[in-house]
Amino acid sequence: MEKSALPDPFENARLKKGLGDLNDQNDPVKMILRHKDVRKTAHNYKTFQSEAKPGRIVVPSEVNIRETRQIPFELDPPVHGAYRALIEPWFKRPLQPEYTEKLSAQISALVDEVVQKDSFEVIEEFALVLQSRALTLLLNIPYEEAETWISWGTHVFRSEDTALDADKANILYDYIDGQIEVAMENPGEDLYSVLLASEVAGKRLTKEEVKGVMVLTFAGGRDTIINAVTNAIAYLSEHPESLERFRKEPEIIGKAVEEMIRYFSPLTQMGRVVTEDTQVCEHAMKADSRVSLCWASANRDASVFEKPNEIIIDRKMNPHVGFGFSHHNCLGASHARQIMKVLLATLAEKVDRIELFECKENIEDLAEFQRKVGYDYIHVKFNPIQ
Amino acid sequence: MAKITFITSDHQTIELEGDSGSVMELAVEHNVNGIDGDCGGVCSCATCHVHVRPEDMEKTGAASEIETDMLELDDNADAYSRLSCQIVISDAIDGVILTVAK
Repeated sequence: MEKSALPDPFENARLKKGLGDLNDQNDPVKMILRHKDVRKTAHNYKTFQSEAKPGRIVVPSEVNIRETRQIPFELDPPVHGAYRALIEPWFKRPLQPEYTEKLSAQISALVDEVVQKDSFEVIEEFALVLQSRALTLLLNIPYEEAETWISWGTHVFRSEDTALDADKANILYDYIDGQIEVAMENPGEDLYSVLLASEVAGKRLTKEEVKGVMVLTFAGGRDTIINAVTNAIAYLSEHPESLERFRKEPEIIGKAVEEMIRYFSPLTQMGRVVTEDTQVCEHAMKADSRVSLCWASANRDASVFEKPNEIIIDRKMNPHVGFGFSHHNCLGASHARQIMKVLLATLAEKVDRIELFECKENIEDLAEFQRKVGYDYIHVKFNPIQ
Repeated sequence: MAKITFITSDHQTIELEGDSGSVMELAVEHNVNGIDGDCGGVCSCATCHVHVRPEDMEKTGAASEIETDMLELDDNADAYSRLSCQIVISDAIDGVILTVAK
């Protein structure tokens, strides 16, 4: 098998039962594995809520390390809609040409930096740097701030030893508290200041609510983007023909990004809390139990996707759920898509071939399932176009 | 060349002409309010939802299965709903009137 492949560990369970079991810190999760069930459940916010105790819908649960409610992520309609409508235009800024130009300049400069090297480690030296610099655009703050985030390392919540690391989470929360104070004293045109000056239903957002949006923005777009970028580079190292196609047919890049998001599924799953006794996939679920929407499994469902375990770089019909589905679909999707499009275009322009050296897979341990999500490290070389 | 009319939720009527690509692409190119086309036309986001004028359904045709499955979970969908990324522009759809869902 190719080194860049991400196998589907869910196939058997998806076909046989449609469900998986995960005991997460004594708060078990019933994982929903089929595409149709995942979408139906995601859409039904009344029976499967997000507005539970903060941190409980995340898998693994963050209830022991966080009290701040992430907004609008941990709210449900109709309240959810008011916050989402307030925040959404800001998160669509990546579609503006001047945003794309800046992003393109950042990624171009980064590729130029690493293209000189005989070998580099993609996560630390490329993906983390790219993600951090791009985040300064999303927040509309000075470029130099990226250095602080790069110094935190690759995982905001997760460390090598334990899945959930309260100390690391506190670094982020304390940092955001500090930045909110700075913005209150000296309002600017950054996301903190814009949120602090915003109202929902005639009421100013509280500091805690602003923090809730910022925590979501930082946490939701870190590991996910890093894995998407890293997996894309691993894939292209074994598929130079795709780089060649991007050069000849740049119009397929948008489809390629969607296909990579499907195949990589940077976020494996997201939970919901059941509000009333109900059934999922013919299985009885009790009120106050947890389910998860397993995006990674749904995205390999052969009843929806032909050749689900292959990257078909210009796949035309691709109803993937890599950015989630329905009310709570990914707020950062426009930013993420733009990053991936610019990355693929820039690599096609500057890099002839990518050589893959040593790598170690990062396997998510989901008890019944072991899922490769990316790499702990991966060394490559970019051979420039002469 | 096909003429396509969009009626947006803020009651603007926008007439556009096209001869290739999808209706979503044409709408995004001309900033038609309510048509975002986030996924670029692969049927994964439903941000290009339109209601086809009933008498124009024959011209646009009905939604495919993948499209219908998507629309089933859209609370604003009805029998005349289509995802405009799945409507190909050709002379066959000349004169259609589409009401933007969002």
